[in-house]
Amino acid sequence: MNYFPENLRINIGKYIDQAIEWLMQNFGGIFDGISAGIIWFLRQIEILMFFVPWWAVLILIFLITWRVINAKAALAYSLMFFLVGCFGLWESMILTLSIVLSSVIFSMVIGIPLGILMAASDRFNSYTRPILDAMQTMPSFVYLIPALLLFGMGKVPAVFATMIYAIPPVMRLTDLGIRNVPKEMIEAAHSFGSSNLQTLIKIQLPQALPTIMAGINQTIMMALSMVVIASMIGARGLGLDVLQAIQHIDIGKGFEAGICIVFLAIIIDRLTQSIGARFKYPK
Amino acid sequence: MTVKLNVEGLTKIFGRNPRAMLEKLEQGLTKDTILKEFGHTVGINQVSLEVNEGEIFVIMGLSGSGKSTLIRCLNLLNRPTAGKIMVDGEDIVKYDGKRLKAYRQHKVAMVFQHFGLFTHRKVIDNVAYGLEVRGISPAERRELAQKVIDIVGLNGWEEMYPNELSGGMQQRVGLARALATDPEILLMDEPFSALDPLIRREMQQELLDIQARLKKTIIFISHDINEAFKLGDRVAIMKDGVVEQMGTPDEILAKPKNDYIKKFVQDIDRSKILQAKNIMIRPNALVSLKDGLKVAIKEMEQAGISSIFVLDHERRLQGLVTIDDAIKALKEHKPIKDILQHTYSTTAPETYMNELIQIATETKYPIAVIDNDQKLLGIIARVTVLSNLV
Repeated sequence: MNYFPENLRINIGKYIDQAIEWLMQNFGGIFDGISAGIIWFLRQIEILMFFVPWWAVLILIFLITWRVINAKAALAYSLMFFLVGCFGLWESMILTLSIVLSSVIFSMVIGIPLGILMAASDRFNSYTRPILDAMQTMPSFVYLIPALLLFGMGKVPAVFATMIYAIPPVMRLTDLGIRNVPKEMIEAAHSFGSSNLQTLIKIQLPQALPTIMAGINQTIMMALSMVVIASMIGARGLGLDVLQAIQHIDIGKGFEAGICIVFLAIIIDRLTQSIGARFKYPK
Repeated sequence: MTVKLNVEGLTKIFGRNPRAMLEKLEQGLTKDTILKEFGHTVGINQVSLEVNEGEIFVIMGLSGSGKSTLIRCLNLLNRPTAGKIMVDGEDIVKYDGKRLKAYRQHKVAMVFQHFGLFTHRKVIDNVAYGLEVRGISPAERRELAQKVIDIVGLNGWEEMYPNELSGGMQQRVGLARALATDPEILLMDEPFSALDPLIRREMQQELLDIQARLKKTIIFISHDINEAFKLGDRVAIMKDGVVEQMGTPDEILAKPKNDYIKKFVQDIDRSKILQAKNIMIRPNALVSLKDGLKVAIKEMEQAGISSIFVLDHERRLQGLVTIDDAIKALKEHKPIKDILQHTYSTTAPETYMNELIQIATETKYPIAVIDNDQKLLGIIARVTVLSNLV
């Protein structure tokens, strides 16, 4: 059997450890600031979500679905939400939704401008692609630990970890959507003396909107798939219920929470897809 | 006639280092060598031309001849590698970003081969786009756009999306969008190539009608020589990035410069390009009403013809006298007025030759070309039209 020579071994792990430590020592204040900002934003979302009574949520879901899909789906989706309440998981669901919603908003705010930049610059694009690949394939526990060290336990590292997972699709699809705008359309815009900003706002973004909406849909799905992992670092919500069920080997409770996550995923996916389809123009 | 646009020594090379290739071109390397050895594409090479104000100037060539590259230089969608583009005496190649924007917003507009319409905007918002970019208020640009929509015949389609329209209608939107900013120069890059033949002919006619009213300076790209000669006041034929010949359709038809042009010209269906005014001749014998019959007979005898057109003192066509009638009337002492015939055919100077064929087969006399005031401009011998059938 052949072995890789022992003396060629490089220990980059050591440097990463040192880098994190250096960050903590020198920029601890900044991370605390970011942390406080995220917590404040999360609080606002939670307050807003808990402000709405449970029956109003059901009616809202029913009406929205009725408008963008149909009455049958509207009935099914509000029934799903009703069941979540019956399982005793309403509060957990709202907590989960708050984290997902905050992560998605942050992801969009960061991801869409970066996606526009990717479309504008081939160089930036070629540098960014491998990073996006890394963000999506790197096992999340690997960056959860440094995130814990930098932000402490709780919702903030959860939002952070979710964002790392959820930003790539919205970036990629914003880039794709803008790049797919026909060249002649861009030329036409320029031929009338549009500035680059006018071309972006009046032509490229509206043309890319259906694709960007698909990216947002993906982002939401990614965020939802992170809820269990998020709960491991102290975020409350449906993930925590699953986690507790596993720890107590409570199969039934685990399934209840799992089904709720599935319900949420189905409803959000179908709703955002149908809303996204409304941004398409006659082809 | 004032020169609106003057292109001097315009060269466009695509590739990593186009400037370096300029030298190679000057050393006499060919387009093919530069592509094979250096991986650069020479789009156009030392093109010079003048476009007069208010004319339709057609640049015609096969694909790869550089015609699209050339027209894209004229609003700097392509940056020329070398050369000047003088518009109203200013070199637009030297424009900075701000002046280029102003030039594109006010002076020049483009119609695209595949329309380049904004599919997320309604027809009216497509048409108003140039005005919107210019910063004109919504109410005013709607009003201006509506005017142009009326001109191109898009009434009633304002609230539709471009993809709900047929190809011909879509290009009307493209044309309206270009006209909406009231540009002095209209660049049309093969605007009708994507349309089927019937619609294409209709659009060509419409363009001529619109041009008769608006008198823009139009630079029109085409790969179809029939289209080029039908629309163009002057035509430039391009090959391999170089202008091979430039002139009016008549000049090119009469004197094709080389074999390449000759081959092109052979394809032409002359009857679709030549108009009555191009083939009419000055009659070598005419009589006036005040002249007597004797003069008429004398004129016919001298010209060796057996019928003659009669005009009044303002050259308005009054009728035709045949030799038989004239001799008979002379014996009966009748005045020329009494024996005027009206069985001949007349035509307007803009009539195309192919429409004259039918007339020529039916009449016995030459066809009289008259203007709106009935004044005789010339005559067309039947043989001129009918020989074209052989």
